[in-house]
Amino acid sequence: MKNRLFGTATIAAAMALGLPAMAQSPIKVGFVSTFSGPQAAIGEDMRRSVELAKEHLGGKMGGKPFEIIYEDDQFKPDVGKARSEKLVQQDKVNFISGYIWSNVLLASLKTVVDEGDTILISANAGPSAIAGELCNKNFFSTSWQNDQTPMAMGDYLNTKGVKSLYLVGPNYAAGKDMLAGVKRTYKGKIVSEDFTKWPDQLDFSAELTKIAAAKPDGIFIFYPGAHGVQFVKQWAQSGLNKTVPLYQVFSIDAITLPQQGDLALGTLGAQEWVNDLPGEANKKYVEDFKKKHGVYPSYYGAQSYDAIMLMASAADALKGDLSNKDKVRAEMKKANFKSVRGDFKYGNNNFPIQNFYIQEAVKDPQGMMTVKTIATAVKNAVDPFAEKCPMK
Amino acid sequence: MEYLLLQVLNGVQLGLLMFLLAAGLTLTLGIMDLVNLAHGSLYMIGAYIAWTLIGVTDSFVLGALLALPATFLVGVAVEIVVIRRLYARDHLTQVLATFGLILFFNELVRALWGPGGKSIAVPTFLNRTIEILPGVPYPAYRFAIIVVGAAVAILLAWLVARTRLGMLIRAGASNRRMIGALGVNIELLFSLVFGLGAVFAGLAGLMAAPIASVRIGMGDDILILALVIIVIGGIGSIKGAFIAAMVVGQIDIVGRAFLPDMLKTFMSSSAASSAAPAISQVLVYVLMAAVLVWRPTGLFGQRT
Repeated sequence: MKNRLFGTATIAAAMALGLPAMAQSPIKVGFVSTFSGPQAAIGEDMRRSVELAKEHLGGKMGGKPFEIIYEDDQFKPDVGKARSEKLVQQDKVNFISGYIWSNVLLASLKTVVDEGDTILISANAGPSAIAGELCNKNFFSTSWQNDQTPMAMGDYLNTKGVKSLYLVGPNYAAGKDMLAGVKRTYKGKIVSEDFTKWPDQLDFSAELTKIAAAKPDGIFIFYPGAHGVQFVKQWAQSGLNKTVPLYQVFSIDAITLPQQGDLALGTLGAQEWVNDLPGEANKKYVEDFKKKHGVYPSYYGAQSYDAIMLMASAADALKGDLSNKDKVRAEMKKANFKSVRGDFKYGNNNFPIQNFYIQEAVKDPQGMMTVKTIATAVKNAVDPFAEKCPMK
Repeated sequence: MEYLLLQVLNGVQLGLLMFLLAAGLTLTLGIMDLVNLAHGSLYMIGAYIAWTLIGVTDSFVLGALLALPATFLVGVAVEIVVIRRLYARDHLTQVLATFGLILFFNELVRALWGPGGKSIAVPTFLNRTIEILPGVPYPAYRFAIIVVGAAVAILLAWLVARTRLGMLIRAGASNRRMIGALGVNIELLFSLVFGLGAVFAGLAGLMAAPIASVRIGMGDDILILALVIIVIGGIGSIKGAFIAAMVVGQIDIVGRAFLPDMLKTFMSSSAASSAAPAISQVLVYVLMAAVLVWRPTGLFGQRT
């Protein structure tokens, strides 16, 4: 009896002492991305950008120090879900961000935003379901809805007068969204639409042979990261680079260009952020990143940088008190921060309403491969699933 | 017609790569009665060693040639240190131990070469297209894979059918205990066969590297296909592995090149293009099941 009383008293004392200590505890941010395997370069670019954002913020949000816990999804939906669960339940993070892959995000979404009631900011993946019927008050995006970037590309191909297009992409959530996206806006003839096995198919010989036989005016691809490197290499090896131009989304970027090299020169793609966009925030981000790492950042990094800045904007407005989630969400919805892509607004489904640009793969004056903006494809674009989202 | 020829060539090229992997696997399983799940790791090790040696020698051919004996040594070392202790054990223990080897090799590669993938460039003299028929271009590198793969297959056929080592291998495949009783140095034979299998796996890995990238776990996916191939071909039979690999290569290409169009004749276009990759993935296993019903020991397996 005595012992039990003592025990209860100790717990009570610990709790009494513990509570103010909790209030002083740092803000915790979980970051789920791919840090191993063939796609680890993307995760590394995101991590570097997150660390740069932390540096630019002086390590503080709303006057409080913040820490970032990185977790590796190993490019697998089940692992991503388990890591997200760990961040929410064990580390009790205030925010969770990252997510390159639509299938990993879809697997993780429920455990974070429903069961964990934690705020998730996707720094890349934007599957159509989350923009539409699965939209959630705890979900924000600093990237785009999957269909939007290819839609911008389709618009541009119309103005360029490309008459027929062959579509190739991987057979998973994002691949389907991307090909559906280009079909929404492109008015020319779709010669064929091929899906390849994901993620284990890295050989595109059969597809390239089909394209050569079909003789389209252009090829449209979506192959992120390592897969983009292989597709562009094999496209060039097959000799098609001399006859059929390649148009792409997310397949030729700062991650893949070092390996694609000259083969990618002159290819066009669409993107919501490019390293040469005007604005002080972007200059600071790109220049500091290049100074530190000697390479260009990618949109994956830019979106991750923005995700941290978005969290900071809400924490600053609330002076570091994140206990009232309704207030946090309301502050985030304002998107009141200097985004590296330029200012944007949030739509009803918490996806950005923003511009998309056309970029070309070029060499910079130092001879390094990069991309530069050549046109604005669409302005203030709203994604096509926003109306299916019941949120106001 | 040209289109058909090109797609058949694509299938042959895929099949030859898989044959190289399956050949070593079928030998170890048939002769040594060893289930070696870590065979895919040797495929990966071969590619990584080649990446390093190509960097050092600055020549694709030289680097690749040096990587083969290096992979042989790795194979022999693995046999002596780990595999040798498994011969007397049951298959479950072998599966567990060689699965452990997969994890070990993946972590070893992560520690030595880092988590990111490596990329081997196609050698300059092959980085173009050749005309296999007038006006029909084909990537030179892929053609080189076909040539090398076919040469190795012929070499292996000669080795197994015409040499003393081959005779022992064949004898070992049909009755292991008997050749031991006849005074053949089984330990040495097993080390050699395992090392040989490692060389073929390494060769497949380094030849695939410029097409697919060099990465951790690159052998794990393809190992499953190699297992299917040796089951279809009959365990222990090189001839069976060759024929099965060719068939599986063609099935893969048919599934990717022709199935979507076939499905489109009775399905909506978008349903067909997303169903086709799923169906073509399953086709290989359907074939395996069909062969096993028809011939339970595979096409060329030893009747028991």
